[in-house]
Amino acid sequence: MSKVFIALQTNEASRCIVQAILADNPDAIVNRQPAMIKIDVPDRMVIRRETIEEEVGRPFDLQEIHVHLISLSGHVDESEDEFTLSWAR
Amino acid sequence: MDMKVKKKLALKEKFALMTRGLAWETSYEPMEAVYPQMAYEGLRIHNWDAWEDPFRMTMDAYWKYQAEKERKLYAIIDAFAQNNGHLGVTDARYINALKIFLSAVPMLEYNAHRGFARLGREMRGVGPQIACQMQAIDELRHAQTQIHSLSNYNRFYNGFHDWKHMSDRVWYLSVPKSFFEDACTCGPFEFIIAISFSFEYVLTNLVFMPFISGAAYNGDLGAMTFGFSAQSDEARHMTLGLEVIKFMLEQDPANLPIIQRWIDKWTWRGVRLLTIVAMLMDYMLPKRIMSWKEAWELYFEENGMALFNDLARYGIKLPDCTELIRKEKDHLSHQAWNAFYTAGMMTNFHTWIPTPEEMDWLASKYPDSFDQYYRPRFEHYRELEKAGKRFYNTSLPQLCQVCQIPMLFTEGDDPTQIAYRQVTHQGDKYHFCSDYCRDIFTHEPDKYVEAWLPAHQIFMGNCFNPGDDPSAAGFDPKKSVLDYWHIAFGRDNMDFEGSEDQKNFAAWRDQATRN
Ligand SMILES: [Fe+2]
Ligand SMILES: [Fe+2]
Repeated sequence: MSKVFIALQTNEASRCIVQAILADNPDAIVNRQPAMIKIDVPDRMVIRRETIEEEVGRPFDLQEIHVHLISLSGHVDESEDEFTLSWAR
Repeated sequence: MDMKVKKKLALKEKFALMTRGLAWETSYEPMEAVYPQMAYEGLRIHNWDAWEDPFRMTMDAYWKYQAEKERKLYAIIDAFAQNNGHLGVTDARYINALKIFLSAVPMLEYNAHRGFARLGREMRGVGPQIACQMQAIDELRHAQTQIHSLSNYNRFYNGFHDWKHMSDRVWYLSVPKSFFEDACTCGPFEFIIAISFSFEYVLTNLVFMPFISGAAYNGDLGAMTFGFSAQSDEARHMTLGLEVIKFMLEQDPANLPIIQRWIDKWTWRGVRLLTIVAMLMDYMLPKRIMSWKEAWELYFEENGMALFNDLARYGIKLPDCTELIRKEKDHLSHQAWNAFYTAGMMTNFHTWIPTPEEMDWLASKYPDSFDQYYRPRFEHYRELEKAGKRFYNTSLPQLCQVCQIPMLFTEGDDPTQIAYRQVTHQGDKYHFCSDYCRDIFTHEPDKYVEAWLPAHQIFMGNCFNPGDDPSAAGFDPKKSVLDYWHIAFGRDNMDFEGSEDQKNFAAWRDQATRN
């Protein structure tokens, strides 16, 4: 088993994204560092547009994540509804 | 009549139309002639359509989000400069880390830009072509934003004034420069393994996460902003690197040994380059979040291994050098700081001996090495300083022919023995820091015999200030070399203690916090 991760800058938008990730990935491990937040999840992480929209209270385009993103690991799969990182294929 | 109007294209469809859909097969020239660099590295590629695009980023979305990143970045940089943010950094010693960064990194970014601009033309598949074109623009942006952000420091501190000139000449800067020139002179697929895979996927997290987070911790919003902004593009770049590897391995089993050799070579080249980052983290950040060793364990041993585990299904093995790397993590930063401290007369930044509290921190993070091997050395230097006999190494070091780092690394199992390797090629002797640099040389000796080694060039008389006459009475070779590098003796180099930077920072901070 390997972990995938995403790291985001700490700001208002990413606070909502992080809330959404934690809601959709119960195994997520949060690691807060100065000015950044890193989230690890075993094997697979899913980021859902709908969950983020509930948090931010407006329509959200998943590609907005690029603006707040610092780094990630795992294979990426991107659609308009979900952004997933995984090692299992 | 009712027309079925589809409101919006799905992301995958839109991406397919706006990337793949833009390509065509040539008719009056064979494709091989249009893309002549695709074959000579020996890789077998049967079907370019099998390329998977992980990020479905179209050009219009790319410009939109990159513009947003730039707006955020420049708002912060302007605010930082407007409010004299430089006086808010924890300690003026920190600013010396930025001098190294400015003279080493924008030049790497610019070379990455050149490399990817070439690949944007040379890659035969339209998916990788577009990814490379985007990356070429990203890398130019990284160079520019780093130069813009750090130019503010040049108004106040020494050593920032001529970074471009220095990055092409100063001894230690030949290490990053030669790394990228080595990559840029490879074929297109090796270049992409060198930069997108080994450098970006396996290694840049160590530069841009713990070090830049450390910059934020030390009050440097400027470095934090350009660092994280650059790394946000890196996520796309790393993904490109991983896709290229998977694509090549899936195309033909005969590609495996070629790729494995490139991964082995560039993992080692990258690790050697990161020596200086190890030193920045352990010795140059006054407030520290984690040690180099901890960062290494987290980002290489844990996250990097996940990647290698994943590639195992293609037959990719962990590079042999990882065993030595594991042993070196207890020593790297200390050996590098020792080298720069003793070479402090020849640097474009200041050096110092860690305070007693900092040495205690190092001892707690390096229980198996710091008190045993390095504390006694630093305490000895401190005694010499007190006695007015600050130790400077005034000779030129022997350099590794491949990584160009002075011979400062020790044997994996004996931290008291400097590692030397030697090879005779066409009657000449060449020297190496390690088995792995030696093996890189013996595989391509004709490439590496061409290396421009600063120490050799100084001895050959190629690095004296133009107009100086080495045969004239009273000629001072050290001064002439520093003049050639545009390093002002006594102002840019030597000890932080007593420097203009130290005095100015103290005076300005005093002004800023009192009436
Ligand atoms: Fe870059
Ligand atoms: Fe070397």
